[in-house]
Amino acid sequence: MIAEDDAVPTDPSAPRRLALVASKGTLDQAYPPLILATTAASLGWEAGIYFTFYGLDIIHRERLEKLKVASLANPAGPIRLPNLIGALPGATLGATAMMKKWMSNAAMPTVPEFIEMASGLGVRFFACATTMGVMGVTAGDLIDGCDIAGAAAFLDYAATADVQLFV
Amino acid sequence: MSGPAFRESTPRLTLDCEGLLCPLPVYKAGLALSRMSPGDLLELVSTDPGSLADVPAMARQRGDHLRSVVTEGDRHVFLLEKGPAR
Repeated sequence: MIAEDDAVPTDPSAPRRLALVASKGTLDQAYPPLILATTAASLGWEAGIYFTFYGLDIIHRERLEKLKVASLANPAGPIRLPNLIGALPGATLGATAMMKKWMSNAAMPTVPEFIEMASGLGVRFFACATTMGVMGVTAGDLIDGCDIAGAAAFLDYAATADVQLFV
Repeated sequence: MSGPAFRESTPRLTLDCEGLLCPLPVYKAGLALSRMSPGDLLELVSTDPGSLADVPAMARQRGDHLRSVVTEGDRHVFLLEKGPAR
């Protein structure tokens, strides 16, 4: 039985809301949540991304500039190599360089540029507090404007979202 | 999607998004529409085939009106009218 207090009041005139979980810290997997959140905000929606586990690197001041594409166990990656070759030194750098070239040739913004665009549209960035504790990341390591949040705080935000996706 | 005739004096902005892929046409159109007044017109030019689905969806979600779409080759010209303030 649901108590009356549990009912979430919904304002019919409130904007739609997108709640994303970004759990992967590779260059290729940084794009989908940033593209979706930027698009949602462009549609007039509220949008928030919860960066958890490796996904936290996307809002890490230093690491966000150095995200890479895995050359190993990534059969659809930019360089399609057998795992034995993909494990060789330099293969990850090669795959990363090729992905960056693809993006640049297609006039796609870089990850830092997407973060700037999303942030400019009011997209909220939630940093997973547990990941920060486990991986030794401090608030100062993160880009400006992040909200440090645990699972309950993110679920509270996501509870009234119209679209929730895990990336 | 044919709407009323627009007066010559209706403010009109043209946004060239040729060569850009999703989400850039929608991102740029969203920014432009946010700065416009209800009734103003935005002409969006795109070569992204996805924009044929994206621009109508954007208009629906934002509450703006897509007045026309003209396709010539791989070039799509969308005429959007900024909707009422929300």
